[in-house]
Amino acid sequence: MKWTFENGIPIYMQILRRLRTEIASGAYPPGAKLPPVRELALEAGVNPNTMQRAFAELERDGLVYTQRTSGRFVTKDTEVLKNLRKTLSDDVIEEMCGRLIRLGMSRQEIRSAVEAWASANGTEADE
Amino acid sequence: MAVLECIHLTKKYGSLTALDSIDLSLEPGRIVGLVGPNGSGKTTLIKLAQHLLTPTEGEILIEGQEPGARTKSIVSYLPDREFLPAWMNVESLLYFYEDFYEDFDIARAEQMLESLNIDPHMTFRKLSKGTREKVQLVMTMSRNAGIYLLDEPIAGVDPAARDYILRTIIGNYSENALVLISTHLIADVETVLDEVVFLKQGHIELHENTDALRERTGMSVDNYFREVYRC
Repeated sequence: MKWTFENGIPIYMQILRRLRTEIASGAYPPGAKLPPVRELALEAGVNPNTMQRAFAELERDGLVYTQRTSGRFVTKDTEVLKNLRKTLSDDVIEEMCGRLIRLGMSRQEIRSAVEAWASANGTEADE
Repeated sequence: MAVLECIHLTKKYGSLTALDSIDLSLEPGRIVGLVGPNGSGKTTLIKLAQHLLTPTEGEILIEGQEPGARTKSIVSYLPDREFLPAWMNVESLLYFYEDFYEDFDIARAEQMLESLNIDPHMTFRKLSKGTREKVQLVMTMSRNAGIYLLDEPIAGVDPAARDYILRTIIGNYSENALVLISTHLIADVETVLDEVVFLKQGHIELHENTDALRERTGMSVDNYFREVYRC
């Protein structure tokens, strides 16, 4: 997928957001090897130091670990991955509900609308 | 330690002051954008670093030395105009550079020319303007230099080639090198920059990390530039 960046938000934060999402969604599955910094920097068209900074943050959060000779890997810690998914989904819910409330919807209306969406769009078993 | 340092650097052309006592210190391992409107002193600064001009007052130091023959062996310079002998073909330019610069990596240059589909048997003069600029950049980036001074490297080429050129810059500078890119096309380069230096009428208006600038102002470097230099 092509990399695009928004104005006014530090590039490393935008990279971080995207990599977190890719780890949470399993695009980079647990234990998968991440591409080298320079390769990913080239693909994204960003400065390698900026990419390095995003990787360092991922490492600090325990989402990625470094094996000295062979590179960087996604954590296999299911607890960490579960928490990541929770954090990311909470952000989405927060943003969506904020927008719906600004549109004038009540909490009850939002709840029914989400339920209506879920039943109109298949069941858990489809996933 | 700084690899390029300006101390009270001043350059006057007669009664015109192009650079007015600037202090600047640039570290290795960074890609730095030198931006500012026309006539703000960008090219003057780069020419001083390359000993094509001499300071009126103050000094400029490359790895602690005054610019001269010795510093040119560690600085790879791309002028803002055509500088290669027009009668040579691309292949003989490669050999010319290999003879001239100890740090020239001919295999890297050949590989880049091939990926840009540039025929090495073409005479430089017969290439299109954009292709000539690409050849010049290939030559400049194929040196394993400590400092790259790129004066308007993307101004004359199409957007697709711009992308390729920026990737060439990210992909080829060594991790301990300084890359200084002068440009007024900020939107095209801002994602590759570590730091940006804003010049305004011979003064340094701002020298900041680009992500810190985005965070502080809530704007892209390009938008912030338009704000600072609004006419």
